[in-house]
Amino acid sequence: MDRGKQTNKRRRKSDVYVPLILLAPALLLVVGVIIYPICHAVGLSFQYYKLTDFANRQFIGFQNYIDIWKNEAFIASLGNTVKWVVITVALQFLLGLGLAMILNIPFRGRGVIRSITLMPWVTPGVVIALMWVWIYNGNFGILNHCLISLGIIHQGVPWLGSGKTALYCQIVTMIWQGLPFFAIMILAALQIIPSDLYEAAEISGAGSWQKFIYITLPQIMPTIVTTCMLRIIWVFNNVEVLYLMTGGGPGHSSMTVSLIAYIRAQKSLDFGQGSTIAIYGTLFMILFMAVYLKLTRKGEFE
Amino acid sequence: MKRKKQLQKALMAIPLFFLICFVLFPYLWTFLTSIKPTEELYTTTINILPRVSTLSNYATLFFQTDFLNSMVHSIWIASITSCISMVVSSMAAYAFARYDFRGKHLALSGILLLYMFPSVLYLTPLFVVFNKLKLIGSPAALVISYCTFTIPFSIWLLTSYMKGIPIELEESGKIDGASVAQLLYFIVAPLLKPGLIATGTYVFINSWNEYLFAVMFTTSDNRTLPVSLASLVGEYDLRWDIISAGAVAAMVPVVIMFMFVQKNLVAGLTAGSVKG
Repeated sequence: MDRGKQTNKRRRKSDVYVPLILLAPALLLVVGVIIYPICHAVGLSFQYYKLTDFANRQFIGFQNYIDIWKNEAFIASLGNTVKWVVITVALQFLLGLGLAMILNIPFRGRGVIRSITLMPWVTPGVVIALMWVWIYNGNFGILNHCLISLGIIHQGVPWLGSGKTALYCQIVTMIWQGLPFFAIMILAALQIIPSDLYEAAEISGAGSWQKFIYITLPQIMPTIVTTCMLRIIWVFNNVEVLYLMTGGGPGHSSMTVSLIAYIRAQKSLDFGQGSTIAIYGTLFMILFMAVYLKLTRKGEFE
Repeated sequence: MKRKKQLQKALMAIPLFFLICFVLFPYLWTFLTSIKPTEELYTTTINILPRVSTLSNYATLFFQTDFLNSMVHSIWIASITSCISMVVSSMAAYAFARYDFRGKHLALSGILLLYMFPSVLYLTPLFVVFNKLKLIGSPAALVISYCTFTIPFSIWLLTSYMKGIPIELEESGKIDGASVAQLLYFIVAPLLKPGLIATGTYVFINSWNEYLFAVMFTTSDNRTLPVSLASLVGEYDLRWDIISAGAVAAMVPVVIMFMFVQKNLVAGLTAGSVKG
C-alpha cells in the first residue's frame, strides 16, 4: 500500500520534468530559428534597411507598410496571387479527386501507379521549373511542336515570354506538382469509408451518382477541407517555381506576393521592404485561415 | 452486374491514362532530352526519340562542371539536417504523445501553425544573423535554416506515428524499472523505426531539394545541388541537353529513396490529416 503510493508520487513528479527535458531541445531550436527570426523580421520591416545602402539604415515606423501600396509590382501581385492560388488549388482538387476515385477501384498494377504518380511531390523545385521551361520553350519546345503538328496553332507561341500566357502556364506546372498529393490524401479517406454504407444505399436503390453525393462526398469532406487549406497555404507560399520559370515576368504578369517578397530581399537586397511584404503575406494567410476555419468548422467540434 | 463493373473499369482507364501521361510526360521528355546530342535539340523538326543516343551530356555534367562537388555537399547537408531533426523531434514527439502537460495542445497547434509560415519570412532575418556570425557560406547556415521547416514537420509527423504505437510495452518496461532514456532507446526507438526512417527520408529529400535559402546562404565554392543546377542555365546558356542531364541526376537519388519509404510516409501523413 505504502509502496504503491510512493511510486505514484514519484511518477507524478517525473511527469512534470521529463516532458520538459524531452521538449527542451526542440523548444530551443524553435525559439532560436523560428520565433526569434519572425520577431527580427518584424523589426526589419520598420526600418529602412538596404544592404546596398547599409550606412543609412534607420527606423522609419510604418513607412514601408504605407509605401508598398504605391508599388506597381506589389499591386499587380495581389490579383495574380488570387488567380495563382484559386485556379491551382481548384484544379488540383478536381483532378486529384478524379484520380483518387479511379485509384480506389481495385485493378492490377494499382500500387505501382500510385507510387509513380507521387513522384512530382518529391521532385526538386528547380528540376520541376527547368523541365517545364524546356517544354514551354518558344522555339524548340515540345508543346509548340505538338500543337503545330496537330494543326491547333500555326506558329510557335512563346508561352512564358508573353504576359497573357506566362501565369497560366506556371499554374499548369503547379497543378502538375500538387495533384498527386491531393489524390493520395483523398484516396486514404476513400479507403476508410465503411462499405456497409454503400450496401445500405444499394438496397434502397441509390445510383452511383447518388451514392457519390450522399455517401462519398460527406465522408471525405473533412479530408478535403484540411487538404485544401494546406494546399492553399503551400501554393501561396511557393516561390521556387515562379522565381525560376519567369521571375515574375514578363512585366509583372506572373508576380505574386511571396515572390515579390523574395525578389525584394534576394535580388534588390532591400531587407526592410522584403520583410514588410513577407509580413503582409503572412497576415493575409492568417486572416484567410481564420475565416476558412470558421466557415468550415461551423457546428463541428474538434 | 459483373459486366457493368467491367464497363466501369474500362471507362475509368481512359481518364487514368491521360492523368498518368500528364504526370509522367515531363520526366520522359527530360530524360529523352538528356540523352540526345546537342544538334538534335535545335532543329525545326523535333524527333521524339533520339536518333543517336549519347551519354556525353552526363560526362560533361560530371567532369566539366562542379556538379559532383555540389552533390557531395548536398548529401552532407541533407544528412546532418535529418539527423538533428530526428533526434530533436522524436524526443519532443514522445513528450507530446505520452505525457499530459499544460499548454500541450496549444504547443502542438502552434508548431503546425509555424510550419505554415512562408520561408521568405525567415530569409532576411536569418541572413542578417548569419552575416553577423560569419556563417554565410558555411554548411551550418543551411542546416540551421532548414530546421525552420524540418523540425515542425517532423514533430508533427512523429507524434502521429508515436500515437500509433501501443503503450503497453512501455508500461511493462516501467514496471521493470527502466528509466525514460532506456524506454526511449530500447522500447520506443525500435518500434518507431519505420516512422523514423520515413520521416528522416522525407526531411533528407526536402533539404536536398531546397533552393531559396541555399541560393542566399552559399557561396560559389560550396553550392548545393539545386543551386548548381539552376546556375547551369546561365553558365551553359541554351544547352538544354546538359541541363536535362543535371535535372535527371538531381532527381534520381531522391525518387529512389522516396520509393522505399513511400508506403510508411503516406500512412503517417494521411493518419494525421484524416483525423483532422
